[in-house]
Amino acid sequence: MNNAGSIDAILTAARPQTVGALLRYFRNLDTAEEAFQEACVRALKSWPKNGPPRDPTAWLIFVGRNSAIDVVRRQAKQQPLPPEELLSDLDDTETIVAEKIDGSDYRDDILRLLFICCHPDLPAAQQIPLALRIVSGLSVRQIARAFLASESAMEQRITRAKSRIGRGEIPFETPGPIERAERLAAVAAMIYLIFNEGYSAGSDESEARSPLCDEAIRLSRLLLRIYPTEPEIMGLTALLLLQHARAGARFGADGSVILLENQDRSLWNRTMIGEALAMIDKAMRHRAPGPYQIQAAIAALHARATRAEDTDWTEIDLLYAALERLMPSPVVTLNRAVAVAKVRGPADALEMLEPLEERLSGYFHYFGVKGGLLTKVGRTKEAREAFNRAISLANTAAEAAHIRMHLDQLAKD
Amino acid sequence: MLYAILCYNPEDVVGSWTKEEDDAVMARLAVVQEKLSRQGRLGPVARLLPTTAATTLRKGRDEPLVIDGPFAETKEQLLGFYVVECASLDEALETARDLARANPGSGSYEIRPIGIFKPGSSFP
Repeated sequence: MNNAGSIDAILTAARPQTVGALLRYFRNLDTAEEAFQEACVRALKSWPKNGPPRDPTAWLIFVGRNSAIDVVRRQAKQQPLPPEELLSDLDDTETIVAEKIDGSDYRDDILRLLFICCHPDLPAAQQIPLALRIVSGLSVRQIARAFLASESAMEQRITRAKSRIGRGEIPFETPGPIERAERLAAVAAMIYLIFNEGYSAGSDESEARSPLCDEAIRLSRLLLRIYPTEPEIMGLTALLLLQHARAGARFGADGSVILLENQDRSLWNRTMIGEALAMIDKAMRHRAPGPYQIQAAIAALHARATRAEDTDWTEIDLLYAALERLMPSPVVTLNRAVAVAKVRGPADALEMLEPLEERLSGYFHYFGVKGGLLTKVGRTKEAREAFNRAISLANTAAEAAHIRMHLDQLAKD
Repeated sequence: MLYAILCYNPEDVVGSWTKEEDDAVMARLAVVQEKLSRQGRLGPVARLLPTTAATTLRKGRDEPLVIDGPFAETKEQLLGFYVVECASLDEALETARDLARANPGSGSYEIRPIGIFKPGSSFP
């Protein structure tokens, strides 16, 4: 091992499983995290000299476990642990011991670690930073930057989340199939939220926040590696890859929003799209559709269209209809209305929008879409009103600027 | 003699590389590939997509079994590979089934989409 970058990557990759195993062992999040930190410190000292062990995760679990026990022992004024020079020669012994403490439980370890971060008592604003800190190992500074918060505020938020978890019961028993499915669904939802935190950023913030998208994809792949036969996790991974594949085309050089239909499709990341399409093919074979798979299938239809006008809107309309049945929500219907406008015309789409207004009265995209449809049917005055509402609800400067462009266009016509 | 050089690496580590780290590795490898290519010694080069995108067809039954995920047994060895253009996973599985019919018995075919493919020279 000759460069620190690779050791960092090994430690990052080993983190979820190691902290998960240490958590099961110590049943305390702080102790598990400290033990992992200590193991990393020792790895950074020993690996550049002796080379990384054959199984870095087993090494970290073993060293982390012993260092934490060592702390307990020292507090009891007993024998300290042997120096790590001795430890790193024990490659095979470590593996055996780590396998004993780890063994077939490792899937549940990782799932448990992710799951405690989406504890129902925690608001989403705390779940995501907590998961990024504990599972992904991002520094408080990195997380604060991604959430545009000060470091001290973020530190507080994470500490509060941890103490909230600490007071509750962490479920250590091996989950039954129903609980496991519930945990998996909660964790998938959290990964999706992490992705959206990165994805919904404006161009000015996207550099700071796009690592959240990468991290969500990494976690989603991790989940799929331990649950390789779950079609919804395949769907989630595909969905995230398809959305992220468009990252390079979503903003103009001046930071303005570029809508899907106007994006330069040659800037889309074809490797990510290829991986996502393969994943969707895999998921479809299970014939067990779910919300993530359907959303991924919709995104895939956009990805498959070489030009915007080649998009199969009829199929997209059908998929949104299926999504409405599985997961009824005004936002889904709003999205479907966009497809309906393409297939059957703006008047039909406007009709679909009307009953949603009450529930979406605070939703930027509702008024953006409504303004666009009203413009198309020539109801200019109402369109202007809708666009003005949209501007007042815009989440980023770029969104507001985009709507202003529509207003200027209306003024010219 | 043609040699295949097969690349093994823990994918969770490679997947944790930043884009800059990944680009840097690819750039260094491109230098080696370029040299081989100038010498007319470089055949196809492929970078496979992660094993999460893999499907495995297991032989040894009347109707081969399709399993999600990569090939995971250690008692069998990698004996060869094909690169085939397929419109979908189903077509790839059908191709693998054809191969299984031609060579029934034990063994598996792991089907992995390719992320990067450079065809290279054709050898005499």
